[in-house]
Amino acid sequence: MAEANPASPPVVTPVNSGTAWRRLGAALRRHPTAIAGGVTLLVMILVAVLAPWLGTVDPTDVSPIRRLKPPSAEYWFGTDMLGRDVYSRVIYGTRVSLTVGLAVAFVATLIGLAIGLVTGFVRWLDAIVMRVMDGLMSIPSVLLAIALIALTKASLTNVIAAIAIAEIPRVVRLVRSLVLQLREQPYVEAAVASGTRVPMILLRHILPNTVAPLLVQATYICASAMITEAILSFIGAGTPPNIPSWGNIMAESRSLIQIAGTILLFPGIFLSLTVLSVNLLGDGMRDALDPRLARRL
Amino acid sequence: MLGYTLRRLAATIPVRGVVALFVFSLLYLSPADPAAIIAGHIAPEEDIAKIRARLGLDQPYFIRFGTWLWSLAQGDLGTSIFTGLPVTTLIGQRLEPTLALTLCTLVVAVALAVPLGVIAAARAGGWIDRVVMAVSVVGFSVPVFVLAYGLVLLFAVQLEWLPVQGYTPLKEGFWPFLRHMILPSVALGLTYMALIARITRASMLDVLSQDYVRTAHAKGLAPGTVLVRHALKNAAVPIVTIIGIGIALLIGGVVVTETVFAIPGIGRLVVDAILRRDYPIIQGVTLLFSAVYVLVNLLVDLSYVFFDPRIRY
Repeated sequence: MAEANPASPPVVTPVNSGTAWRRLGAALRRHPTAIAGGVTLLVMILVAVLAPWLGTVDPTDVSPIRRLKPPSAEYWFGTDMLGRDVYSRVIYGTRVSLTVGLAVAFVATLIGLAIGLVTGFVRWLDAIVMRVMDGLMSIPSVLLAIALIALTKASLTNVIAAIAIAEIPRVVRLVRSLVLQLREQPYVEAAVASGTRVPMILLRHILPNTVAPLLVQATYICASAMITEAILSFIGAGTPPNIPSWGNIMAESRSLIQIAGTILLFPGIFLSLTVLSVNLLGDGMRDALDPRLARRL
Repeated sequence: MLGYTLRRLAATIPVRGVVALFVFSLLYLSPADPAAIIAGHIAPEEDIAKIRARLGLDQPYFIRFGTWLWSLAQGDLGTSIFTGLPVTTLIGQRLEPTLALTLCTLVVAVALAVPLGVIAAARAGGWIDRVVMAVSVVGFSVPVFVLAYGLVLLFAVQLEWLPVQGYTPLKEGFWPFLRHMILPSVALGLTYMALIARITRASMLDVLSQDYVRTAHAKGLAPGTVLVRHALKNAAVPIVTIIGIGIALLIGGVVVTETVFAIPGIGRLVVDAILRRDYPIIQGVTLLFSAVYVLVNLLVDLSYVFFDPRIRY
């Protein structure tokens, strides 16, 4: 979860993107776990894209005759209480999880960046916006997402929106603190002195330097969002039940824990593995892009 | 100190104001019409309108917000749509299990994570360090309910050592209470532990490289004394800070853990409320949890004085 990640005091080292990429490559070589994370994530993405061709059947196909079959050669992960093939459901569930994770990371980072850039530069807005962000951050993100979801009807878009709103304050804080540091840099002062307009300064001098820390933050948001989606689905406030998502599969088979625990196990393992791979990738990227933090954590 | 406490308490007002406004807007925007629900589904439109007027629901936004805020100040969180009971009563009934679960988890997590982080830092690069770091990465990645079911499958279904679910109040005996608390606490606590252990390790590494630690070693103090009296005390501020921030994790996790283990606490109350669209409950619990979070972090701020005498308020 995002709040689980150590609040990273951003270190601003203005670098050109060429060396940043080279450093990223070098760090990845130093961190085999990050490579393992990247490979696992790639496999998961492939699984999501290629789901129909991975020996799956229709994940929503109900068949009462073959209810609650244990794992076998025919039904790799067994079948659930409606006779649906758990393997197919878990494989298709990858799509939901990755879609939510990536979409939330993208949306929250983009909106947070926009708000953070403006508040970092426009002083009178700063106080107001930061109080709102503080307020939102004082509500645990799962609870905030629950409260927002309860307002709307369950749909994938609403789930993404609710989780993104809960994640935005953290991005805003990060971007704002970066901007506050960067605006003291001599080259920004020089730009101000030579009469460059604020939007241009933001675009040309500030924005490029926020990319690296934001990329790291985005991976953590992605991991956190996948967990939150699963939690929301699990408690019945997330992805609509007709879509096979890992949280939904676990919610449906909750009552079967004593007789068919494996149904709960498979989506759980997939979810943990995917989140782990994203986190490992994020740790590797943080080490590469943020050398001071890398030494400490 | 008292002056500072009051100032800090006052400083939380804007945050709590934002939360209150947000939570009120939630209720305001909610599609459910309490008047229609109270009147029943066969009530004529004019009856619903009468009830709406009686409840003040026909008033404009800011007047309703003011009234709501006023009753909130008097400790009234509204009335549950579904049960017709005051939200404060419902929360009160469910308080004990949630409090027991979070306190157990908090104590166990801190008691384990801090020593682990200290040892990991003292033996940086050693096998304990690697294990602690590996577990902390996994701890961030396994969601509460996945871990919970893993534990249940192993310890309750396979080995039958512990109950699958349920809650026994403390007054029915300490052992039955504890038996029901072990699995939920471990499941809820892992991520929190991972977080604390990581920060403890990082903070200790910083301090251990300081000159005064070398001096302490040089003058022949026992390694344990150096580690705890000299290093840990100076490393404490970030650790206490993360314990406070991490409370958000516990609160979010409670909702899920109580669902998995069928614990009749506040988390379960919220989940039931979502399924029934009982907004006043969701609203009340959100307010309560956010207030707890703000308050805990205020206490954390105040605790800095004990760890670092240079900090004066």
